Parts: sequence; C-alpha cells; structure tokens
Amino acid sequence: MTMRTAKGDGRIAFAYLAPALLVLVGLMGYPIYQLVLISLFDYGQEQVSGGAPLTFLGLGNYANLLSQDRFWAVLGQTIGFAAVCVLGTLVVGTALAVLATRVRTWARMTLFLAALGAWATPAVAGSTIWLFLFDANFGFVNEVLGTTGMSWTYDKWLAFGLVAAQVIWCSFPFVMVTLYAGIKAIPGEVLEAAALDGASTTRTATSVILPLLRPLLIVVTIQSIIWDFKVFTQIYIMTNGGGIAGRNLVLNVYAYQQAFAASEYGLGASIGVVMTALLLLVTLGYLRALRRSGEAL
Amino acid sequence: MRFAVAAVVGAVVLAGCAPVQSGSAPAGGDEQVGQLRVWLFDEVNRGPKEAVVKEAVTEFEQAHQGVTVDVQYIQVQTRAERFKAAFSDPQSAPDVAEFGNTDLAGYVAGGGFAELDLGTWDEAKDLLPAVLDTGKVDGKVYGVPWYVGVRALYYRTDVFQELNLQPPATLDEIAPLARRIRAAKPDLLGISAGGKYTYGAMPFVWANGGDIARKDGDKYVAAIDSTESKAGLRQYTELIADDICPPAQCAGNGGDASVEAFRAGKAAMVVGGDFNRKSVDASAAAGKYAVVPLPGKKAGEIAPAFAGGNLLGVLKGSERKTLATEFLRLLGGKEYQRKMFDAMGNLPTFGDVQAEVAEANPVLEPFIKTLDAGTRFVPVTPNWAKIDAQAVLPTLLQQVAAGGEDLDKAAKSAADEMNAAFASS
Repeated sequence: MTMRTAKGDGRIAFAYLAPALLVLVGLMGYPIYQLVLISLFDYGQEQVSGGAPLTFLGLGNYANLLSQDRFWAVLGQTIGFAAVCVLGTLVVGTALAVLATRVRTWARMTLFLAALGAWATPAVAGSTIWLFLFDANFGFVNEVLGTTGMSWTYDKWLAFGLVAAQVIWCSFPFVMVTLYAGIKAIPGEVLEAAALDGASTTRTATSVILPLLRPLLIVVTIQSIIWDFKVFTQIYIMTNGGGIAGRNLVLNVYAYQQAFAASEYGLGASIGVVMTALLLLVTLGYLRALRRSGEAL
Repeated sequence: MRFAVAAVVGAVVLAGCAPVQSGSAPAGGDEQVGQLRVWLFDEVNRGPKEAVVKEAVTEFEQAHQGVTVDVQYIQVQTRAERFKAAFSDPQSAPDVAEFGNTDLAGYVAGGGFAELDLGTWDEAKDLLPAVLDTGKVDGKVYGVPWYVGVRALYYRTDVFQELNLQPPATLDEIAPLARRIRAAKPDLLGISAGGKYTYGAMPFVWANGGDIARKDGDKYVAAIDSTESKAGLRQYTELIADDICPPAQCAGNGGDASVEAFRAGKAAMVVGGDFNRKSVDASAAAGKYAVVPLPGKKAGEIAPAFAGGNLLGVLKGSERKTLATEFLRLLGGKEYQRKMFDAMGNLPTFGDVQAEVAEANPVLEPFIKTLDAGTRFVPVTPNWAKIDAQAVLPTLLQQVAAGGEDLDKAAKSAADEMNAAFASS
C-alpha cells in the first residue's frame, strides 16, 4: 500500500464520518461549550432574564467551589458511592451471566425476564417502589423481618446502602445481558481445545474466557462508572433530596440543590465541568491501564 | 469538507462569547381587549377554590366586553421553574399570578412583577399593615396579600384530659410536657416537630429575641448564630429526641409531614397553620383537638409567628396592565377574599373582613390572636430564595437534632453560608 492510497482512504473515511461529526458537534460540542462559558460568569436568574448585567468571573466559580469543604466531602462521598455501585453491578451482573449459561432454558428465561423487568423500570418508579418496600411503618421488608418502625433511610450508611442496592438492581441487567452474549459468542472449539489440553475450569475461565471478554468488560465498566457517578434520581427520591442535613448528597444532587434550585447557574455549570473532567480522566486512566495490561499479556 | 467543519466550529465559537440573555422584560402594553392569562396555585382539594375563581372570572368577563380570562393552575413544587421560564419569555407569561410571599423579593429582582399603585383603590386602606409589608420590597408594593397564614399550637384534648394536663404556658414548658406524654403513651409523639420545619422552628428563635438575619444598612447580616437565636434553636431541636419525637421519624419531616403525624393521631401536639384546620377536621384527630397560640418566653406572651401567605401580582411584561390590575382588585378584593375564606378557609388580609369572619368562627381565635400579637418574616432580599433552595436552616436544625453536631458550630456555619448568599449580587 502506497502512502497515496492511505491518504485517499483517510479522506474518504473522513467524508463518511463527517455527518456523524456534525451531529456530535451540534449535540455534544455546543452544549459543552455553553456549559464552560456559563461557568466563567456570574450567571443567575437576574442575568438570564436581563435584569442585571453579566459579570465575567474567570475562574471565580471554580475557586469558590474548590474552596468549599462541603464540595470535597460530597465529592469523596460520590466517588465511594459510585465505586461500590460499579463493583456491585459488575459482580452481580457477571455472576448472573455465568449462571445463565449454566442453567436450563426455563430458568434462564425467568432470570432474563426478571432482569429485564428491573432494567425497564423507570428510575423514579423503581426508587419509589423500593421506598414503599422499605417504608418504616408499612413496608413489606420490615414486616417480614419483624422490625416495624425501623427507618432504612435515616442512618447515613444504611441509607447509602439501600440506595446503592437500588442502583445495582436497576443496572446489573445491562452487564448481565452484555456478558451473557459475550460468553455465548466464544466459539465452542476454543473451549474444547482448552479442555483437551487439560485446563481446569478455573484455568479456562481466567486464561480463555476472561481475555476474550475483555473488550466487553471494558465497555460495561466504563458505562457503569459514568452511570453511577452521575446518579441523581435514586438519591434525590430515596433520601428526600440528600438525606438528613444533606449527609447523603452526591455531586449531581449537590449541584442541583446548591446551584440550579438556587438559580446560581454559573456555579452549577462549574460543578458540571468538574464532573465532566473527572469522568473523562477516570475513563482515560482506565483505558490506559487496560491497554498496558493488555500489552503485558 | 474539512473547511466546512472548521467553518461551522468557527462560527459556533464566534456566535457568542457570553451566555444567552433574554434582554429585560419589555414594559408591556395596555390593550383593553383580548385574553387575560392568570396563574393560580393548584391545591390538594382545588374544587372550592376553582368555583370561587370561576365566579370572579364570569363577573369580570361580563363587565368587560371582548375580554376572556384564562386561568391556569400551576404546581407549587415546580413554581420556581415555571416563574423563571415566564420571566425569561414574556410571551408565555401570565398577566396576573398568585405567588408565595417568601418568593417575592427574588421575583422582583428577576424583573418579574410590576409595582402596584394602591392609592386609587379604596379597599386597599383596610389591608392589615403588617400583612401588606409582606408584599413590599424596598417600600414599594408588588403584591396584594390574598390570604395570610399563621401557625399556632394544636393539641389533643382527649390525651391532655386523660393525663390531666394543661396546654403549655411558656415555650420552656413544651419539652417537659411532651416528654411526659410520650412516657405515658409511648405510641404518641410528644410533639410532632420536624427537622425541616423551618416555620415551626422560627417562632422559638423569635420568641427568644433572636432572628434569622438583621438589616445592616441596605444589606442583611445573619443573626442565626446570636446567643438569643441559639437559645431558641436549642429549645426547638431539644424536641427532636427519642423521648419526644425520635429523629429517625421526625428529623426528615417538613411542615406537611409534621402535621400529617398529628392528623394520623400519632402526635399529642404540633405547630400547625390555620390552613391545616380543614384537613385536621377530616382526620383521625377530628373533634379531639384544640388550638392555642404558641406561647412565648414568659407566661401570657405569644411567640411571634411567621406571616406566611400568598400574594397576587401583575407581571411586568403584561400586555394588558389596566385589565390585569382590575382583575387583581376583583379577585384580591374584600368580596372574593370573603368567598375564598368560605371555600378554602384562607384567612383574609383586610382588617374588617378578618374581624368579621373571626367573629363568626370562634375556632379562628387562636390564629387571630397570634396575628394580632405581631408576626415576623424572612429577610426581604432576592438572596433569600437562594438560602431557601440551599436548605440552610433545615440543614442547621437537622445537624443539631440528628447529626449530633454542636449547636454553636452548626449555627456558625449556617450564618457563614447566609452571609455568603447575602453578599452575592
């Protein structure tokens, strides 16, 4: 292949990608540009409706945000919460995907139907149903456990645990379905060859199945990280806007409460920018780590 | 193709180097015909309110040829978004709107409401001055009080009789009294006190001589961490404890949830409003309760209540100023306030109308007494909406009542947050 055709290929490829790029710039680029722009201004309701002049703050909103102890506490909480959710989602999803490949058809169907039901439930409805189940006085769970009157959403860690369980409940099906498809797509010959070579089940799982699933695992992990870092609905509904004295706040709810509900759009935008940057960093770091370990293998 | 993309990107970057502004609302017009748009708040039981409003609309349409009135009921929970959108886009805004008096300062600063001229309105002179103050910003009237809401102490007469108790005579007596009731009847909350119930807690602060903030020049300065304020906060947060109102049950409650516990027959006392009376009459506590003014620091005193209530205002961008003002005077006037009282139990804001309904309804006495004893209000500044949205006061109450935090520290950090909000813009 000469350089010339490679260049021509590149141009054609670009031409094919251009429409998608235009859509991306329009739908993603412009909002992000506005977000960054707004985060540099003192932009409240008065400014939006033209009642007050715009003031350029530069990095003022960021300085204000980063100097708040509360922000750092909430950030830490968000990272911890997201980590637990991602880990839980992956463990439950993978375990059930493996289980699904091992059981009879009817059991698998039941499992899939149940999982898809959880997946299809809107977050608002799911959170509310969980709240009903765990209601202090009339909840089914308290009735079964004989702990009527116990509040599941009062204690900080118990409340976080309950919300994390709900988040895992509605996000594991994605992981399960994806990985199930991945496992099913592994050619039988490969597994057979491993068996003929005398590989144990554990050995087959770690040396054959896992490496083959790597691309899928990357996708579901990144997806889960982004998803769980941005949790809003579950916290907002289940802990009634962030728990007692805001001790169950996560970054998204905090941004809403501190900035948008209070009409401080500039400050809110800066929280959004910080979140976007953090997520990009996490994703990039994760991709790099994976690529490194891939090279080592 | 590359140039095209570059051009588009360049155009987008150049398009705006500043966020969008809608430009200030035009002064509006003064058309005499067409459709007058009105926003009122939706209610749990809207029927009676709607009937009275319909009557007013019919009367107005008959008196004005070629004018129709379109009334929309908006949700209280989403009012902030609705009003913000209306201020940003006068085309979709109403001409007349009902709104909460604590939102007033923020709305006026947002350029939303027009100043009202009460001089040419006969009935205006009978508006209670303290209540009219809740419709003013910097001495100018932007809203006519449509009704006023004050809170007093509800208590269960059957429980008090059985245990041979008297209603508390001072704020100090409430905690021991509530503790005694819960000790005797462990199923009952001594008093249903919510960790998010700001307007239930503030009378304790005001009665002790404290305040949310005080005015210093033309700025507000937080006063919630003063010695007096802290005495009141201590008195209130003491109520959210296992032997009165367990934090696990009460710390997350706002006003509605606090009253709900009383309605369910699960509380011996609660701070409730005159607007809660009808719903309590339709509950497990019906016929077994009485109301007294919330006592003050000393016997015989009444703790200053928060002067809640809703206003009617004309939007700045309205195309039909005169019609809007006339409709406001009709709906907010004496006749229809009286009708609204009959329909919804809303306390009128005209001195004479109020005296009249009070005489006919002795159950209103504790509320009228509370009003007469003097009411208080939140700081009249657009920044109050910010403090409210950031839940500064509920957080303070909850931190102390449920978070085990030191009152001095929590009050100090609440004051710092408030001062930061007061200082902004």
